[in-house]
Amino acid sequence: MALSKTATETDGSVHSTFASRYVRAPLPKFKMAEHSIAKEAAYQMINDELMLDGNPRLNLASFVTTWMEPECDKLIMSAINKNFVDMDEYPVTTDLQNRCVNMIAHLFNAPLQESEPAVGVGTVGSSEAIMLAGLAFKRKWQNRRKAEGKPIDKPNIVTGANVQVCWEKFARYFEVELKEVKLREDYFVMDPEKAVEMVDENTICVAAILGSTLNGEFEDVKRLNDLLIEKNNETGWDTTIHVDAASGGFIAPFLYPDLEWDFRLPLVKSINVSGHKYGLVYAGIGWVIWRSKDDLPDELIFHINYLGADQPTFTLNFSKGSSQVIAQYYQLIRLGYEGYRNVMENCRDNMIVLKEGLEITGRFNIVSKDDGLPLVAFTLKDRSHFNEFQISDFLKRYGWIVPAYTMPPDAQSITVIRVVIREDFSRTLAERLVIDIQKVLHDLDLLSGHTVVKKSEHETQKEITTAWRKFVADRKKMNLKTNGVC
Amino acid sequence: MALSPRVREPENREQLCCTFASRYVRDSVPKFTMPEKSIPKDAAYQIINDELMLDGAPRLNLASFVTTWMEPEVDKLIMASLNKNYVDMDEYPVTTELQNRCVNMIAHLFNAPIGEDETAVGVGTVGSSEAIMLAGLAFKRKWQIKRKSEGKPYDKPNIVTGANVQVCWEKFARYFEVELKEVKLSEGCYVMDPKKAVELVDENTICVAAILGSTLTGEFEDVKLLNELLTEKNKETGWDTPIHVDAASGGFIAPFLSPDLVWDFRLPLVKSINVSGHKYGLVYPGVGWVVWRSKDDLPDDLVFHINYLGTDQPTFTLNFSKGSSQIIAQYYQFIRLGFEGYKNIMENCMENARILKEGIERTGRFNILSKDVGVPVVAMSLKDSSQHTVFEISDHLRRFGWIVPAYSMPPDVQHVAVLRVVIREDFSRSLAERLMSDIEKVVQLLDILPSPLPLKAANVSTIANDSDHHHKVKKSEMEIQAEVLEFWKRLVDGRRTGAC
Repeated sequence: MALSKTATETDGSVHSTFASRYVRAPLPKFKMAEHSIAKEAAYQMINDELMLDGNPRLNLASFVTTWMEPECDKLIMSAINKNFVDMDEYPVTTDLQNRCVNMIAHLFNAPLQESEPAVGVGTVGSSEAIMLAGLAFKRKWQNRRKAEGKPIDKPNIVTGANVQVCWEKFARYFEVELKEVKLREDYFVMDPEKAVEMVDENTICVAAILGSTLNGEFEDVKRLNDLLIEKNNETGWDTTIHVDAASGGFIAPFLYPDLEWDFRLPLVKSINVSGHKYGLVYAGIGWVIWRSKDDLPDELIFHINYLGADQPTFTLNFSKGSSQVIAQYYQLIRLGYEGYRNVMENCRDNMIVLKEGLEITGRFNIVSKDDGLPLVAFTLKDRSHFNEFQISDFLKRYGWIVPAYTMPPDAQSITVIRVVIREDFSRTLAERLVIDIQKVLHDLDLLSGHTVVKKSEHETQKEITTAWRKFVADRKKMNLKTNGVC
Repeated sequence: MALSPRVREPENREQLCCTFASRYVRDSVPKFTMPEKSIPKDAAYQIINDELMLDGAPRLNLASFVTTWMEPEVDKLIMASLNKNYVDMDEYPVTTELQNRCVNMIAHLFNAPIGEDETAVGVGTVGSSEAIMLAGLAFKRKWQIKRKSEGKPYDKPNIVTGANVQVCWEKFARYFEVELKEVKLSEGCYVMDPKKAVELVDENTICVAAILGSTLTGEFEDVKLLNELLTEKNKETGWDTPIHVDAASGGFIAPFLSPDLVWDFRLPLVKSINVSGHKYGLVYPGVGWVVWRSKDDLPDDLVFHINYLGTDQPTFTLNFSKGSSQIIAQYYQFIRLGFEGYKNIMENCMENARILKEGIERTGRFNILSKDVGVPVVAMSLKDSSQHTVFEISDHLRRFGWIVPAYSMPPDVQHVAVLRVVIREDFSRSLAERLMSDIEKVVQLLDILPSPLPLKAANVSTIANDSDHHHKVKKSEMEIQAEVLEFWKRLVDGRRTGAC
């Protein structure tokens, strides 16, 4: 007599991920679930949902680096559990930060002696860097005014209306008034003359941008410096300059070394640059450099005492990862001056290729300059049938993320499309983008009934209905959202 | 006739050399200026990797609360999202949603008074420092608005905390121009005394900050008592002083180990809470969270509405661009572990802390300052500091590979110096036992070694006046030397600790 064994339910851990019960339950969204789940299941479910994010490398909206060499990935992963702020436990990592600060200070021609250490710090990004620089200016100004017995309750800062949002944050959070120089329809950066006019006794500094976010243009820091020196001579106020070189700081020294914008100008007291833009490091690192010790009031510096060693620090963030600092040092020594120059020259060449491709279509005005950041900003010559936002929308179907923006006041009537050329945007991609933009123009022409060639009524109607049918079908397909055209 | 082909010299011999045969390892590594030329990526990798070998080992760093180990599956997720700039919310909507889910989960964990499907008010930050600055900013702005509407001056805001606060509160105070009113510590009480705190509250106080999990001893402050006393004072004075709980370490301990401890939004005066995802949230460094009780507690003029590709994105952070990896890792931990998983890990930590504590008590040389309820930390001071100090013990332990920090406490107990061991998820029992035996070895070693006090103290006799001004007490040389050493140690070392 055979005794049949009752089949017991197989232990859940035996099931392959997609056979398990985990993929049938919805992922928790509001409350933590009571029970744990298998790590493979957790990994798979999160990974799968993230497939629906945009593809970082096709994100042409962002300046932030999206590709690094695999050797760097190794360094990044091995440093992922190092808390940067533990300076005494990780002295080499701290030293690497100091070396980066020195290198960048020299790149910006800070007036330092041979082995004199520079004054600067690594931050999480240019936002933190700008807040630190702004804090230093505010405190210096307050100290000066207090010594003169004058009121200190209304500090202000003069910038162009094209500033990135972090300046507005600085102004709002640190209670400084933001005096913006308005743009014009033909002039999309801060006008130095207007800026200097706005300077008054309460101005803590004038902030110039090297590499405007909107059209990549470099502001004329030299002219600003000259005009401000004159005004300072007249008024006796010692108004100084900060250069927001978030994007341009790693472009200008390599492509335009004769352009005077940095510490070579005497009124420039601090500069910030994003390591994660053209510093060619993944998101999460910025740098701020001061001209000299005098430009950083000592009362803002905290002296932390860990295991007997004094560590001066001036950052808003405390604990953070060490990976990006190490990655920045890797790039600086791996590429060196020649390497960065090669990368930037390639970016510029690809930018020209894209720009010329767009010009050939005959439908666009190019509003970015050749000398500036490697980006192409363009507007439609004829906006009567469709606009730039629609072009941006249609490009998404091909996988590209290309943003469209309206300019800040007083140029709000102008909308630009902007393509940022990063290190990993090769010529092949540039050519493909041009082809896809031409396709988009064609599609939009049809959909809006905008015919360039005269056709019979019947032909036109047929074309239009075909185009709409295709449009609707594509939209349905797009809801499944594929990435990666190339 | 055979023609032997001429062997041509490879154009670039360097490419053939293995890394350590190449000239790159002979050159001094650049420190002040960028090098002119590029170098091969393998050389760059090797040079940096090798120098970094001289850093401390993160997992043996017992000074830090910050996570040093995660499962390999998370590493895969981290690597895949390294190149995602978190702030591009429109390009990466799923990543943004994961942040929102984490905020909701944490808000519910802290018993925020929100409905079943209502979205919580909160944000992911780079760490508790940023979280605290945001919370402090919200309090400052709310207070200013209230004072303006009452027609009263608003130029002298202050915040009341204990002297045991982590350095980021001092930063907040100094950078955002708020006065810091600290409740001094006292012998035996190493956290903020709620009664003294409430006494310090005045009309200019923007909030009282309580710490759940003091950095120094891991103790939880009595937030409930603070809430009660403050409610009474608010009734008397009409000031509406709220509470912020800095739960950087304790926020992921208390809900799992002491669910009946009332410290969070269950107390009506608690308006915001911060917690470090990278401490007991079990994520690598770089993520913190701040949650507000409700929309009213976050003034709208602090929130920026960024308009990228046509959609409105409200943001309130100090940092802008940053990596997405840690947020994704935090969500992974929440769904992977769930409530039971976190509870198990915290129970393990407390158990290992207890084992370590008992082992140390057995040596008979130490006083234990940390409590059983609190963050899994063992803080100890020497019963007898006359010959040797905890600083020496810390030094000697380094030679065994352990990084165990020694600190002096803040005022008014600067004469107390502690050794502190933090028990993290990855500090197993075997490591605890090994540490115990190494501590015993160090203690025995110090018994043999002479005391490193200056021998040339000369014949200094101190005159100690007691109450009747008559006695002259002559102290022994050892006592004088001990005093001198204590004095110098206090001077040099007794500053803000700033460890987290």
